[in-house]
Amino acid sequence: MTSVNLLILVCIGYVALLFGVAFIADRMAARGRSTWLRSPLVYTLSLSIYCTAWTFYGAVGYAARSGLEFITIYLGPTLVMVGWWWGLRKLVRIGRSQRVTSIADLISSRYGKSTFLAICVTLLAVISITPYIALQLQSITLSFEIFFAADPGSGFSAGSSVFWVAAGLAVFAILFGTRNLDVNERHHGVVTAIALEAVVKLVALLAVGIFVVWGLSGGVSQTMARIDASEIGTWQVDAGRWTTITFLAAAAFVCLPRMFQVMVVENDDERHLRTAAWAFPTYLLLMSLFVVPIAAVGLEIMPEGSNPDLFVLTLPLSQGQDGLAMLAFLGGFSSATSMVIVAAMALSTMVSNHIVMPIWLSSRGGGASQSGDVRKVVLMSRRLTIGAIMALGYFYYHLSGGGAALAAIGLIAFAGIAQILPALVGGLFWRGATRTGALAGLVTGFVLWLYTMLLPGMGNIMSEEFLALGPFGISWLRPQALFGITGLDPMVHSVMWSMILNATVFSVASLLSFPSPLERLQGAQFVNVFDHSAGPRGWTGSVAQSEDLMIMSQRILGANEAQAFFQVEARKQGADGHLPEPTPAFLERLERELSGSVGAATAHAMIGQIVGGSSVSVEDLLAVADESAQMLEYSSQLEIKSSELSRTARQLREANDKLMQISHQKDAFLDQVSHELRTPMTSIRAFSEILRDTDGLKPSEKVRYATIINNEALRLTRLLDDLLDLSVLESGQVSLDMRSGILAEVLDHAVSSALSGEAAPLQVRRLPASENVALLSDLDRLAQVFINLISNAQKYCDAFDPVLQIDVHQRDGFLVIDFIDNGSGIAADTQALVFEKFARVSNDKAGGAGLGLAVCREIMHRLGGDVRYLEGQAGGAFRVTLPSRQSSHQPSRQTTAAK
Amino acid sequence: MGRKVLLIEDEPNIIEAIRFLLTREAWEVETHSDGTDAVEVIRAGKPDLVILDVMLPGKSGMDVLRDLREVPELAKLPVLMLTARGQVRDREEAEKAGVSRFMTKPFSNQEVLMAVRDLHAQATQS
Repeated sequence: MTSVNLLILVCIGYVALLFGVAFIADRMAARGRSTWLRSPLVYTLSLSIYCTAWTFYGAVGYAARSGLEFITIYLGPTLVMVGWWWGLRKLVRIGRSQRVTSIADLISSRYGKSTFLAICVTLLAVISITPYIALQLQSITLSFEIFFAADPGSGFSAGSSVFWVAAGLAVFAILFGTRNLDVNERHHGVVTAIALEAVVKLVALLAVGIFVVWGLSGGVSQTMARIDASEIGTWQVDAGRWTTITFLAAAAFVCLPRMFQVMVVENDDERHLRTAAWAFPTYLLLMSLFVVPIAAVGLEIMPEGSNPDLFVLTLPLSQGQDGLAMLAFLGGFSSATSMVIVAAMALSTMVSNHIVMPIWLSSRGGGASQSGDVRKVVLMSRRLTIGAIMALGYFYYHLSGGGAALAAIGLIAFAGIAQILPALVGGLFWRGATRTGALAGLVTGFVLWLYTMLLPGMGNIMSEEFLALGPFGISWLRPQALFGITGLDPMVHSVMWSMILNATVFSVASLLSFPSPLERLQGAQFVNVFDHSAGPRGWTGSVAQSEDLMIMSQRILGANEAQAFFQVEARKQGADGHLPEPTPAFLERLERELSGSVGAATAHAMIGQIVGGSSVSVEDLLAVADESAQMLEYSSQLEIKSSELSRTARQLREANDKLMQISHQKDAFLDQVSHELRTPMTSIRAFSEILRDTDGLKPSEKVRYATIINNEALRLTRLLDDLLDLSVLESGQVSLDMRSGILAEVLDHAVSSALSGEAAPLQVRRLPASENVALLSDLDRLAQVFINLISNAQKYCDAFDPVLQIDVHQRDGFLVIDFIDNGSGIAADTQALVFEKFARVSNDKAGGAGLGLAVCREIMHRLGGDVRYLEGQAGGAFRVTLPSRQSSHQPSRQTTAAK
Repeated sequence: MGRKVLLIEDEPNIIEAIRFLLTREAWEVETHSDGTDAVEVIRAGKPDLVILDVMLPGKSGMDVLRDLREVPELAKLPVLMLTARGQVRDREEAEKAGVSRFMTKPFSNQEVLMAVRDLHAQATQS
């Protein structure tokens, strides 16, 4: 007898083997050496997850209880595979072109990317699959218990084993299904491991069958005789149940999330379907070949009351065939685990993509986050979802009492998941189908299924009374006899009502509602998928497409680079010309190359358009739009940069202009200095030569010429003084002699200096009271400015009776001193020039060099103030401003005379 | 004799010096001190020789010379140009504009007299 410990050891070893296979397959897929991994054989074998523990153990039990009815479970998928091959092809094509990740994603995508619809399908799937998971728990638990019963010393109790089985399966599914996160939701490793399990379960069942027929029964003919003798041969065929179950099996084969996962999402090549169309029915045939013999022999040999669901296991055990029993156990284990892994994977994808992620993203304010962050959340949500699904299955197992026949539970799940069928098929073939219709039909069918099948099936929830009389005694609402229709098989009744009302509500609501633009677009893409997607494989094409690719690449990469890239690729392929064959490898490299320039989504969409392997979906377009937005942003950054550059260039140009201007000014200044120096020298030289060379000059002439020479020499001296002054002031090397003093005293000094020696001094009017202001300044420099301004008035004031008014006031922390004469002033257009060097406005009658005001301005700037021409006055007017730095002590001077 | 020179200059002391020198050489000296209407004054005065300062109020001596050469009857009029700026490019510019003699201030009296004599001799020979 096999010990429990050995059994557990074998299980662990088997799981480790599966992991190894999955790991190696993933590695090979990553290295691109996965041709046989992508073979139609592996695809067909992976479809065998349809055959769960229910099929492995339950079919025999089913046959033992209900005769040939178990055939229907195989008949449904076979009919779909053989008779609806083209429908599956459309499903696969759409799944690939729309990059669908689950059945919920497909339905949502078809009906305008409706999130709500996706959530509904996800919930429906989770609730429907829960009994199915419970079924797997039950079958594994039962098979374990067979061994426990035979090994009482193991210490395992039947009650706790189901918990450990659930926990073990959860860990197993988490480890398998969420090892890595693949963008396309493809799992080569898992699919390969499942294919291996498919082989194991087939071999196990065949081995048991062969043992039963030839080992126990003694040959084919004896077996046939046993079958004829048993009840199996005599059970009559219930047409209603047969039709219904065949239909359910067919619907479930298409709608079950795990079937969708392997059939559509994991599909590498839609041509694999062609092989699967005959290979998978063959697999089913082999799986069902020995069901009836095992059931018949089991019923005859096994003691009364043994569970026919476990004949596959108990028959070899009863004959002491421990090895065969172990193989059978592994077959059942394979059936259960492969189903649980893929179902949990598919459901967790749906739950995390359609429920957890939207909530998580919106709770984070929808902001873009780091991909690593999202990755962690996705993996975590999937793991938690798998745990939760297993927990749900565990609780269902407890609620349903764990006693129901495997087949009954399986049918409940089938009927639930079949509610998706109208929305799915309608979406594939009817453009008029709308979101509202899909939602209404789905909810209607789901509620009816819940009410008439799931809840009555969970014995503890609906009382006998409720079932018999209906809610509140309303008899036409009895869950198993709706609208007064009685006498039907409860299962047939439930499926009939839920499917008929589901389909009706779906159609009517679709006709009554209007699809959104996105829905219409998606609807057209789904229904007419074959019109705009050509090639059956990913990136395939002809040389003609290579030309198109070349043209497109030239536009993006530039002619030279594109030609170089294509030539290198062509040489790699050993082709003679410049155009490589558009092999998938080349197309992938091209896409990568292009994505460097235009972004990944755009590159994919562009190549997709040309090669036609997948049509451009709305999501692709949105991704393209996203990229365009990023590029716009990038180009606007470039624009900013370029405007910065042009601003810098303008600044440089301005600086250069300024330098040119300064250089020009320097030339002009030198010209001026030269002129101002040479002019007096000319007079001096001319008259000195006249004095020297001319005989007989009158004494008065001599005096006059000598005076001219003297005056011109003085003029030269003044000019040199001013030039030196200005140069010192401008170079900033002047040291200011800051002293405190009284403004009135400075003005007194300036007035007397400026007017001394003048024959007709101008009249200066002052207001002594306002001048009693304390100063802290370079008083000599300040006086120099005042003298200059007063002298100018003296020289240039053209009034008959020249008067200079000096006004003093304080404003905004500045001391303001205005010098206003009663002459005609300075013309508006030359006011700005008077402070420039050598800018004599009128003919110089006073012999100044034209530097005086320039010197004044420099001085005032040094003193922290300014001097400027005051507009809007009657005569010439200058304003001197000086920061008022009040001395700490009050001015001490009392009153003083003006002059 | 009737030799007439027109002196266009704005510096009173220089006017007085040149007038003194040329009067003693029997020149009739007329003066003008503004560039603006200088060409009109020359046309009206019909001098045998013009002494022209470069830095004049109103219009520079260079421009006066250029305009003067545009007038056919004045195209060959001897012009002695005086400048206080004294840069090489001024001399080049003046020669391009058709100056007869170019001198930089301060000049020696002898130089001016020699120049005036030469220019007058050339003008009367041709």
